Amino acid sequence: MFAHLRDLPKYRGLIQSLVVRDLKARYRGSVLGFFWSFINPLLLLLIYSFVFTVVLPGTHPKEIEPYALFMFCGILPWTWFSSSLLESANVLIAGGNLIKKVLFPAEVLPIVTVLANMVHFLLGLPILAIFLLYYRAPLNATDLVWFPVVLLTQLILTIALALIVSALTVHFRDLKDLLANLLTFWFFATPIIYPMTMAPGMGRKLLNVNPFTHLAISYQEILFYDGPYGHWKWLLALLAGSTGLFLFGYFLFDRLRDSFAEEV
Amino acid sequence: MSTLAIDARDVTKVYRRYAHKKQFATLKSALMSRSLIRDLKPDETFAALRGVSFTVPSGCTYGIVGRNGSGKSTMLKCVAGITRPTSGSVTVNGRISALIELGAGFHPEISGRENVFINGIMLCLTKREIARRFDEIVEFAELEDFIDAPVKTYSSGMYMRLGFAVAIHVDPDVLLVDEVLAVGDEGFTHKCLDKFGEFRRRGKTILLVTHSLGLVERFCDEALWIDDGVGRAHGDPRRVIGAYVTDVGKSEEQVLASGDARAMNHAGTAPAPDIAVADPVAASEAPADMFRATEGRWGSREIAIAGVTLAGTDGQPSHVFQTGDAMTIQLAVDAAKPMTDFAFGVAIFNADGVCCYGTNTWVEELAGLSFEGQGEVRFVIDNLDLIEGTYKIDVAAHSRDGYPYDYHRLLYTFRVKSRTKDVGVFRPRHRWEFSPSVRFGPALE
Repeated sequence: MFAHLRDLPKYRGLIQSLVVRDLKARYRGSVLGFFWSFINPLLLLLIYSFVFTVVLPGTHPKEIEPYALFMFCGILPWTWFSSSLLESANVLIAGGNLIKKVLFPAEVLPIVTVLANMVHFLLGLPILAIFLLYYRAPLNATDLVWFPVVLLTQLILTIALALIVSALTVHFRDLKDLLANLLTFWFFATPIIYPMTMAPGMGRKLLNVNPFTHLAISYQEILFYDGPYGHWKWLLALLAGSTGLFLFGYFLFDRLRDSFAEEV
Repeated sequence: MSTLAIDARDVTKVYRRYAHKKQFATLKSALMSRSLIRDLKPDETFAALRGVSFTVPSGCTYGIVGRNGSGKSTMLKCVAGITRPTSGSVTVNGRISALIELGAGFHPEISGRENVFINGIMLCLTKREIARRFDEIVEFAELEDFIDAPVKTYSSGMYMRLGFAVAIHVDPDVLLVDEVLAVGDEGFTHKCLDKFGEFRRRGKTILLVTHSLGLVERFCDEALWIDDGVGRAHGDPRRVIGAYVTDVGKSEEQVLASGDARAMNHAGTAPAPDIAVADPVAASEAPADMFRATEGRWGSREIAIAGVTLAGTDGQPSHVFQTGDAMTIQLAVDAAKPMTDFAFGVAIFNADGVCCYGTNTWVEELAGLSFEGQGEVRFVIDNLDLIEGTYKIDVAAHSRDGYPYDYHRLLYTFRVKSRTKDVGVFRPRHRWEFSPSVRFGPALE
């Protein structure tokens, strides 16, 4: 396992060109092309604004304004997370030709999926930044230092889960359908469209078990809320946990590796 | 060169085969029955390779032949490292490039140019190496005009050519080739063969899996014949191929024999008079019918052909003959009443349905005098001067003017094998003669 893990940096050229290919191929043939990476989150923001100011006004705590922007801080990273996992469920099967016919390091495929989605996330950040500046959100430099750490934590957590999901889907194809529903549930079990403060005492304990809770809260505290970033202990714990999960995911992937060429 | 490029020892590859119900096993049911771990272990297995060993000295061109499903490609995948042998070991010295599936990593939406780079990186080249070889690759693939078009717009030939060009320009020490020379037109195939020749001259190792026996004979220094997962013979390509061809002949024999039995049964169960009534013109005018009727049996059965046997040189029943061998068509015939107006006919058709030869006793000016009870008719061909291929036979007993007593249409099959790849409908006996100034020698390469 560690021998394979050591080989991983050697594939960075391959990963890089595959991510670029993924991004190029995604919008090939569409009129707006790369602009969709900006337009998608923008439209999403508009929809949420509309829903929470016109359709459902007053359902959210008064002190959080603008509410759409608050949600957007969580939804944008969630989109990265959930689409990464959904796509990696299919990625080994879709790349079957590579695994069966070419000597190809299979773990590259889920990693590329996560990274390509991360690029989309990063492209959505300017939209978020514009709105944050427009509403004069209290951004401060000491908080923003933590932002890369949050990104890194989410990256490791997502890759870890993507490795597990992609490896298991080869053997259990129905994981793909299960996953879609699981992610919907997960979304509502994470304080993204509601603030953590709205959760009752018992619920809060449960939410703390959910790793994405801490990512969402981190994004919200750094980007949206006033005051110093106070969630860093949780974040560092999550970073450590994610690294452990990554090692486990890689171990599982490596154990199942030999079966891919036969099962895909 | 004494170093080994490939050293395969006792390679065994066992594939899992799922029982019917297990194909529908889901994560849920696996979890429910707590069999998640157990399910990941094989329960029913299929050994694609069973203890195959071979070594390829570096610089050698090595061919692997064998029937479909014999384990050739599995062997190649084990050598390439795509799958790991269940037991045994494969050691390869040097950089490998596998021409197994051409253009496997191509993405249809992006251009040929970008695909060349990504494919090259997948085959462990660096960007700089690809950039250096890029023009050569494109020129080899003959795709100068299309290299910036998305790969999805390519024809399958263009796609394969590009895949081949990238793989061959990896500059491997060991090149694995799996039946990929069928890509592109004649010209491209020649170019590929030239490229292989160049590889050989530069002392690279080639492992070739193919059904083209001629290619193995011409190209390879050594060959291995794998049959049903077991190495049957290895060594000199001519000897290995000879053994393989003989074995294929034997099993073809069985297939043809059982095919004939099926055709005969089928024709026997069809109500014979109906056919004659339904198509009286065809029944009375055999030649017009020749080109329309498919296999079957009809006739009034005043004389019945009870059995048809093809026999070879040794008089033993056979279905596979070498070109130029003797062949005898034996008809066991049977007349219930005394007959005076009768003739026997035979015709040979090739796979395209072209009548290669047809004759009967009447056109050869033999008049039937009398026949009653049981008898045998033998049509003896001293030299079967046909080219390689599969042939079908018509046999018939009919009256002098063609009224069918018993007509067996295309019910019997035989195969002619030949070492010569000549073409046509039949092979006239011939030889070549040259004046002393025109000199020839035996073709080796």
